[in-house]
Amino acid sequence: MNWLTGVILALFFGLLIYAESDLPDSRAVTAPARARVVDLYIERSYPDTRTPNIVTSVLADYRGYDTLGETVVILTAGLAVSLILPRNSRRG
Amino acid sequence: MRGRLHNPIVEGVSSFLVPFIQIFALYVITHGHYGPGGGFQGGVILAASMMLLRLTLGEEYEHRTFSPKLAGIVAAVGILIYAFAGLVPLAWGGNFLDYAHLPIPGLSSAELRYHGILIVETGVGMVVWGTLVTLFDHLIGSEP
Repeated sequence: MNWLTGVILALFFGLLIYAESDLPDSRAVTAPARARVVDLYIERSYPDTRTPNIVTSVLADYRGYDTLGETVVILTAGLAVSLILPRNSRRG
Repeated sequence: MRGRLHNPIVEGVSSFLVPFIQIFALYVITHGHYGPGGGFQGGVILAASMMLLRLTLGEEYEHRTFSPKLAGIVAAVGILIYAFAGLVPLAWGGNFLDYAHLPIPGLSSAELRYHGILIVETGVGMVVWGTLVTLFDHLIGSEP
């Protein structure tokens, strides 16, 4: 590790420490982690989406962006396997 | 893993079971609104039925009905369905993946979100289905 890598790593470490100071206090009552979004899902799921299964409405509607990422991960795994494994190998 | 087994009991039972497995897979995908299920689980069951046919009836037969190339296309179309379910509401004045702004006339906001979930689950099911069949074909070493 030459000195330039060390400097860049130190700067990045400092940047992370600086960004961490801007995060909300996890012990505070008003922190987003304690906002209890669960109650909102349970109350609003059926009127919002007409879906009795709260798991589905959270998975595909409220957290749809997360599920899109998961689906892309699965597709990427399939693409990686089809790129890495040799095409015409007749092993078995 | 090459060719068919030439066992009439195995071939008969598996080709009898596969339509029921596939109907159950469609049920699991569409029943995700009301109970356990959804695109991931239904896609896996659908892929399992194709794998059963590949194992028993042989790849030469099964590749004619559902080729490895078609599996890749199914997976790609599935992710496009999901992406467009997110992008179309963006064009109609909503947020990304905000199904309430899907341009389907005559439906209330809640019903639009209901159908948006169904569209998205279908896309997820197609991705899982196509990807698992692709993985199976490549791991088993058959030509794509």
